[in-house]
Amino acid sequence: MTLYSRRTTLRAIGLAAALLAGAGSMAVIAQDTGDRTSVKIGYAISKTGANAGGAGITTLPNYQLWVHEVNGAGGLEMPDGSRLPIEVIEYDDRSASEEVVRAIERLATQDNVDFILPPWGTGFNLAAAPLFDRFGYPQLAVSAVTDKAPEFAARWSKSFWMLGGGHDYTEALADILTDQHEAGTINNDVAVISVADGFGIDLITAARQSFADAGINLVYDVTYPVGTTDFTPMLNEAAASGADTFVAFSYPPDTFALTQQAQVAAYNPKVLYMGVGVGFPVYAANNGDKIEGIMSLGGIDITNEAVMEYRARHTEFIGQAPDWWGSVITYNSLQMLEEAIKRRGLDREAVAEELSNGTFETVLGEVKLEDNQLRTLWFGGQWQDGNFVAVAPSDREGAVAPRLPKAPWPAQ
Amino acid sequence: MITTLITGLVLGGTYALVAMGLTLQYGISRIMNLAYGEILIFAAFAAFLLFSTLGINPILGLAIVLPLAFAFGYLIYGVMMQPLVARSKKSGTLEVDSILATFGLLFVIQGVMLVVFGSNYTSYNFLNTGINVLGTNIAANRLLAFALAVIIGATLFYVLTRTRWGTTIRAIAVNPDAAPLVGIDVNRTARFAFALGTMLAASGGVMISMYQTFNASMGVVFTMKALVIVIMGGLGNLMGALVAGLLLGIVETLVATHVDPGLTLAATYLLFLGVLLWKPSGLFGKAAGR
Amino acid sequence: MTRTILGFILVALGLAALAFLPTQLGAYGVGLLLGMTGYVVLASAWALFSGPTRYVSLATVAFFGIGAYTVAVLSEALPYWAVLLVAAGIGLCVALVVGLATLRLAGVYFVIFTFGLAELIRQLVTWYEVNVTGTLGRYIFLPITAEQIYWQLLGLAAITIAIGWFISRSRLGLALKVIGDDETVAAHTGINIAGVKLALFAVSATIITLVGAIQAPRWTYVEPSIVFNPTISFLTLIMALLGGANRLWGPALGAIPLFLLFEWLSANFPNHYSIILGLLFIAIVFVVPRGVLAGAEDFWKRLRSNGEAA
Repeated sequence: MTLYSRRTTLRAIGLAAALLAGAGSMAVIAQDTGDRTSVKIGYAISKTGANAGGAGITTLPNYQLWVHEVNGAGGLEMPDGSRLPIEVIEYDDRSASEEVVRAIERLATQDNVDFILPPWGTGFNLAAAPLFDRFGYPQLAVSAVTDKAPEFAARWSKSFWMLGGGHDYTEALADILTDQHEAGTINNDVAVISVADGFGIDLITAARQSFADAGINLVYDVTYPVGTTDFTPMLNEAAASGADTFVAFSYPPDTFALTQQAQVAAYNPKVLYMGVGVGFPVYAANNGDKIEGIMSLGGIDITNEAVMEYRARHTEFIGQAPDWWGSVITYNSLQMLEEAIKRRGLDREAVAEELSNGTFETVLGEVKLEDNQLRTLWFGGQWQDGNFVAVAPSDREGAVAPRLPKAPWPAQ
Repeated sequence: MITTLITGLVLGGTYALVAMGLTLQYGISRIMNLAYGEILIFAAFAAFLLFSTLGINPILGLAIVLPLAFAFGYLIYGVMMQPLVARSKKSGTLEVDSILATFGLLFVIQGVMLVVFGSNYTSYNFLNTGINVLGTNIAANRLLAFALAVIIGATLFYVLTRTRWGTTIRAIAVNPDAAPLVGIDVNRTARFAFALGTMLAASGGVMISMYQTFNASMGVVFTMKALVIVIMGGLGNLMGALVAGLLLGIVETLVATHVDPGLTLAATYLLFLGVLLWKPSGLFGKAAGR
Repeated sequence: MTRTILGFILVALGLAALAFLPTQLGAYGVGLLLGMTGYVVLASAWALFSGPTRYVSLATVAFFGIGAYTVAVLSEALPYWAVLLVAAGIGLCVALVVGLATLRLAGVYFVIFTFGLAELIRQLVTWYEVNVTGTLGRYIFLPITAEQIYWQLLGLAAITIAIGWFISRSRLGLALKVIGDDETVAAHTGINIAGVKLALFAVSATIITLVGAIQAPRWTYVEPSIVFNPTISFLTLIMALLGGANRLWGPALGAIPLFLLFEWLSANFPNHYSIILGLLFIAIVFVVPRGVLAGAEDFWKRLRSNGEAA
């Protein structure tokens, strides 16, 4: 070692120590004492990176809308009737799970927030779940579709799963297809493509089971990688398979591309069912009348005035309409949190218990969780006359009969 | 089979269009431009805005977007890259410096887009009508992108091989150190090539905006696809980029049709790695290695 | 020689202090330390190979992901230490195969090749999971705390830097300097270039694989898009280059401030994070082009020569 590099080394160590000391002192910030003037609510959300597109539709706008409305009313109501305004602490997780984990640790131990709102996406909600649990925060996971929800709810007692599992959606779809087949509208063959990512895999795995149980033939079944832009080969193969039903468990960019490319290829399945994105406002705006008859997950009971009024408020405040699937559920979860705080105060343990056992009046009507899961959901919807209306489960009040077969694309 | 080939060619047209600008920038200006895809997406947003607010159709929009892109590229090279190039004459670190600097530029442009346009998926429909080509329905907008790729490729190829200016550019691509000896102003030519590359990126962005969903965070996807094609075709080789792009489109479509759509991207990279190992300087490259 | 020993003692003391640190910090502080140490190891390991050879590798995340995924697959089947060993073994094998194949590539070809490699591995893992196992995400329920992960990473950091120090003092280090300056000269002096490069690549890749494996229990849920996130490659590269890839402590000194900076920016400017970050990068290229350490040395030299002149 030369004299020179040793100097460098020593300086390096000195600098490192200084930086670490800096990091250390950051960690020891005094906890807030005295009378509280606000309720701190924090969240980490994907503002940049691959997940920003989804988070920016289903999750973030609803957080913003809710905070805006609550603070407009004077703040969150406490059990004693007083109101405390919400102070938001927001981080960008940059679509990286390590960032989600650290942001939640920061919110819990550094910012000492009162409540943490969940991140966007199945994977991130799962990555965050052990932390919510360890720090004792209730987790109202909305944008997470997983068949393991019952297992997770049991493992992490303060976690709540609001969007059902893959099999809920595929069984609802299988029911519709069986009905239509029995009515003679369609044949019994289905062509399915699915995106090779969490959502697509979860749904196709469930669909294989649901379709087999219902006696439906899966005649074409492939997965495609995230980022695929040209679906023509798959559409051609699906058309050649002779199936009357085409199902795509797709992500938004894929859904948009599929819609365009199916028109170009003049591919007209009698049932056209696609994944995330069908309910996005931009989808309706871009495709006009052509969306009539297209089916997807979710749906809205348009006779429910509270929901329609929520949609109007959302459109006015955010500048764009909410999507027709997850958005209203996100908003509903925030209303539940608001109400639980009103009943039990800021004690997280008590709030979690209230969320678990209480009955709430929200935008969706009367809501009560079963084993920490929201089960009163719409599992299938269809575009009818400019609204994405709920069609399944068909025995639930507010369901509309599906209009099938879907009309062919308008002539070009 | 014909259907597969035609679909593949048209898909490849998009790839080639995206890649040609990058091959100009890297091959001639020696700038490894990681912000390439961001410029492309920015142009896509511009086309979208022109179309949705002013009702200007994207093809006319090109007349507005392209000159702006050229000017932007010219400016960026002058302000950011020139000092790096000047410095690297001594230290020879242009490669690393340009990676770092354009990596920064990537974040800046992306950040600006996030603030201005938000993070949502954006798409609009334009010319999404089927045109029958030899019995296969092809979207008119994709066909247009394909035609544009071939026209740009052919024009630039002609310019590069038949004109004095083209010879100048190729001389720089082959040997930037020797070019000044024969009286070539390397700096000016490199700056021009960089701006031209930026313009090509923008034209790709406008085309893609017609048929592909995009958002502010997607630029890097295009950068990487373009890089793969550029390397496969040989650095600075426009014809190479065109052929490699088309080839990639055909391979992806073949794999999606006859093997498994799940393996299309894997096949892309496999093909790319194979080409690289077999001919390290690309399918059409001449110089070995660096 | 006594100075070297003194250096060792100082480093050992520093390590002990660092190991003790988690007891003084909350969960967030530990998380911060953990992430920081992770990047210190990644950047240092990256520089082991890329510093002297000047091969810019973007394959970091390929190995990182292999490590994390191995843990996800095997965490239920094998004891933890065995999982780590297997992960390191897989990383080593992949590195040897890749190294043998890429030895003839240079410059930007190598950069893009390594990037393509990371994407290829990610696509193949995805395809395998989807078509063969039928699930994509995997769950890791290991009872390993953040502190334990941090200590493992700290140990790995010490090992990595020790390897770097050892190489720089050995004959190998001299050989590497020659390769970095001029491969042709190196070949004429009888250095087995291919062997040296391959060995370095393998060592560097194995360490990176271990970082992935050690950090994996931090996330309950693992899927290819999470562990093969290309941002990791880019961040590692930037950190190492910022500090100076040719200095022993350079990568670490790049990783620590950058990591803290990212954290601070994302906490305080979530909406303008990208823009500020980008401008900083550009500023770094223009202000400290050869890395912070080299820049500091230049500054120091100038100070001293000024002082002597006066």
